[in-house]
Amino acid sequence: MSIKSYREATFDAMKEEMIRDGTVYAIAEDINGNGGTHGRYTGLGEAIGDPGRVIDAPISEAIIVGSAVGAAMSGLRPIVDLRFSNCIPCAMDEIVNQAAKSRYMFGGQAKVPMVIRAPDGILKMQGAHHTDCLEAWFTHVPGLQVVVPSTPAEGKGLLKTAIRNDNPVLFFEHKKLMAMTGEVPEEDYTIPFGKARVVREGRDVSVIVYGIMVSRALEAAEKLAAEGIDAEIIDLRTLSPWDREAVLASVKKTGRAVVAHEAVRQSGFGAEISATIAEEAFGALKAPVIRIGAPFVPIPMAPNLEDLCRVLPENIYEGVHRALGRQSDR
Amino acid sequence: MKVSKEQALKFYETMCLIREFETSVKHDFLNGEIPGFVHLYIGEEAVATGICAALDDTDYIESTHRGHGHCIAKGADVDRMMAEIFGKKTGLCKGKGGSMHIADFSVGMLGANGVVGGGYNLAAGAALANKMILKNDRVSVVFFGDGASNRGTFHEAANVSSAWKLPTIFVNEMNQWASTTPYETTTAVKDISDRAKGYHMPAVIADGKNVFEVYAAAVGAVERARAGEGPTFIECKTFRVEGHFVGDPELYRTREYVKENAALNDPLTWFDRTMTRKNGYIDGVIEPQELEAVRAAAKEKIVKAKEFAMSSEYPDPDQYTADLYL
Amino acid sequence: MLFTRQELLTHYETMVKIRKFDLEAKRAREANEILGNVHVYVGEEAIAAGVCANLERKDCIESTHRGHGHTIAKGADINAMMAELYGKATGCCHGKGGSQHIADFSVGMLGANGIVGGGYGPAVGAALAARILKTGAISVVFFGDGAANRGTFHEAANIAAAYRLPVIFVCENNTWACATPSEVGHTQSVTEISRRAIGYDMASCVVNGNDFFAVYEGMKKLAERARGGEGNRCGILECQTWRPLGHVIGDTQPYRDAREAWARMCADDCIENYERRCIAEGWLEKKDFEEIQDRVEKMIRDAKQFAVDSPYPDASELTTDLYD
Repeated sequence: MSIKSYREATFDAMKEEMIRDGTVYAIAEDINGNGGTHGRYTGLGEAIGDPGRVIDAPISEAIIVGSAVGAAMSGLRPIVDLRFSNCIPCAMDEIVNQAAKSRYMFGGQAKVPMVIRAPDGILKMQGAHHTDCLEAWFTHVPGLQVVVPSTPAEGKGLLKTAIRNDNPVLFFEHKKLMAMTGEVPEEDYTIPFGKARVVREGRDVSVIVYGIMVSRALEAAEKLAAEGIDAEIIDLRTLSPWDREAVLASVKKTGRAVVAHEAVRQSGFGAEISATIAEEAFGALKAPVIRIGAPFVPIPMAPNLEDLCRVLPENIYEGVHRALGRQSDR
Repeated sequence: MKVSKEQALKFYETMCLIREFETSVKHDFLNGEIPGFVHLYIGEEAVATGICAALDDTDYIESTHRGHGHCIAKGADVDRMMAEIFGKKTGLCKGKGGSMHIADFSVGMLGANGVVGGGYNLAAGAALANKMILKNDRVSVVFFGDGASNRGTFHEAANVSSAWKLPTIFVNEMNQWASTTPYETTTAVKDISDRAKGYHMPAVIADGKNVFEVYAAAVGAVERARAGEGPTFIECKTFRVEGHFVGDPELYRTREYVKENAALNDPLTWFDRTMTRKNGYIDGVIEPQELEAVRAAAKEKIVKAKEFAMSSEYPDPDQYTADLYL
Repeated sequence: MLFTRQELLTHYETMVKIRKFDLEAKRAREANEILGNVHVYVGEEAIAAGVCANLERKDCIESTHRGHGHTIAKGADINAMMAELYGKATGCCHGKGGSQHIADFSVGMLGANGIVGGGYGPAVGAALAARILKTGAISVVFFGDGAANRGTFHEAANIAAAYRLPVIFVCENNTWACATPSEVGHTQSVTEISRRAIGYDMASCVVNGNDFFAVYEGMKKLAERARGGEGNRCGILECQTWRPLGHVIGDTQPYRDAREAWARMCADDCIENYERRCIAEGWLEKKDFEEIQDRVEKMIRDAKQFAVDSPYPDASELTTDLYD
């Protein structure tokens, strides 16, 4: 184990996979100029001993993603970084019509192993074009897989799985994760998709989260514990596929569920989770499922309005109190 | 460019196979035997034939809505193609793709595409994979119509193909019609290949009814691509004889207009006329009965293909979730 | 003489206003007085000034990440602009947009854009609307050499040409796409982006973007053609310039020598070029410039004060302006 930032841990994942497998290459705008927009690829070409596999792209999202699809169908494993999740719509056809469907509509002939890394979320006053959390869009598209890591160690293991995986994967990383540090195992490891992680066991309420929200839920849980409320926290890790069994088992145990994400609440992934709970664990529920998400607006720039769009530990804390049918003291 | 008589007959065989295939599909579609959406390549056979004749089995092509011709010219099995169009489990895509998503990866045919202009980036990606990472000399061809030439994807793919000297060959099938819209109402430039200048890319205009001219252009482009010199733009002037899709009432053009242009641009009649006389493409001539024999053989093959398709089963219902993830 | 004395003073003031506004924005961002992404236009002032000097209020412009200069040149109020950078209620977007989404529709400035290459389509749409509404307005879309490679350029250029719409595509070729050099063979396929005009049967013109007069003249030709009658009315104006600062404030520029980058601008500064020309021609004197510099200095100070003194939007504003 060693302490690493998320940026370093996922750099290691890329480096190790690119050394292990010569068919993995990385392509992004500015990837060599400044190590990519989030400075996380600096020195990657040298680190793998093959700078030719770290490609500077023009500002042309359609070709960046589209060429990755073509290269993947020709035997490679591209890793694409789109800088911000809001650049994804510029390559929507390539993701939704080409990457997602090629294998199925060609009757299994095509294989499209590729990873699209897309930093997202509210940092500070970056405005509506650089902040959206769009993960739910892609859980609605058969053929894609969606990963939302929560810590440096998780990021490394999940990114390795994504790279070795033979399907197109969208890898959403909250910008706040980049500098987050944590213990990261030294050895080679992967984390399977579709297997949730119980981050904290508890008996009173199930808090179902993913990505940056995991650490915020933990913070809320500590405060709740001080009040004698024992929250179980589940990190979904991947949203497509997602671990319904783990969620249902937890809710059947606790009888209450709170679902939180930074994406806008309306039609967010929380809706899928709570609908599933309602369908399959209705009898176990002691209270309605509580969904927490951003208000239904583009992210405003003014700092005070932006703050209203964040989903923070106190929002989760409050949500748990609502699930328990109590008023919080906040 | 001169070719052997055998080569010329091979061109003819491919073109006839495409024509017969499309004629049969059209007939069956109008009879209600084929469901869905079918786009025919009739009148444009010399383009796919001339281009693909310059490629190896290991080279790649990306196709369009109108993909049967490309698929046949690249060497796909016509029985399995026909089965695919009928949605049968013996089809190239196990019946999951159909006409607009027909593909045969085993011969480097990476798929027809239901998205207009969807193929450029994939072709450039295959070219990137082969040149920059796998370091072999395979080339990629992307076919596209005059309508698709206005998609932004063309621009992005052309720019990187040229910047990185990728072995991408842009083959424009300039058939004058973007679905139901005449080319000139939505495009300001007369020759689409003029756009190649904006990417520092060489361009060639070929007569799309003349398979030899198309072939010569392709040979040049392939040579350049394999030598690492980058992409080429080939504009083939041709004509879409049929409607945009089978069943298109074609309210946007007159029968006389179609008849006249079809006659002027038909690659098969041009071939018959040219080859039965002394010409600059082969030594000697091809006798009319030789041509007739090729046509008859093609017809026979397509009749069998249809029988194969008809006698095949639909996919098992439990297959509907298969082939989605690995 | 091309311009009256008053016009010369006005154009100078526009450039100085942009320079000082952006140097202040840079200072404020570096001091964390404002946060978020701030992209400054320092060094490229002659382009916005020279282009917009040919525009009327009814004409529309679409801008880029680097939009303050365009906004000022099109005539927006700098108090409201500065307040917007601070995210204040008095900002031109009520604090909801910020630097990267700054806009002032009242002067035909239809917005900076956080999406590279996001402005082409709306500019074409504005030109189409102007034709249908018979306003006689033209549209300008500013874009960088990086954005020149977005497919949106191609689609907009084709349709603008095919429909004979009055759209001028103004390329600010500052040779840097964020942290990536726009070099042929690297991410770019042509040295002159305006070469692409051939593919749309469009007019084109390449000018020195650091020379206000050259930009003005080039734009004048294209704008006249766009306003006037027949044929293909759109064009590409390629202004060759240089980005002396990082892509965004806070960019440490690991990809180049920051000092050299700044020095290169100082050796060919559009504002100094303007002063030199005016003095050499005997059009203006040194004290004319000084007077404007002082006046603008104060304007920017006032704008900053206005921004600082203004309140943040009320929390109830969070959900307003979303739907009509």
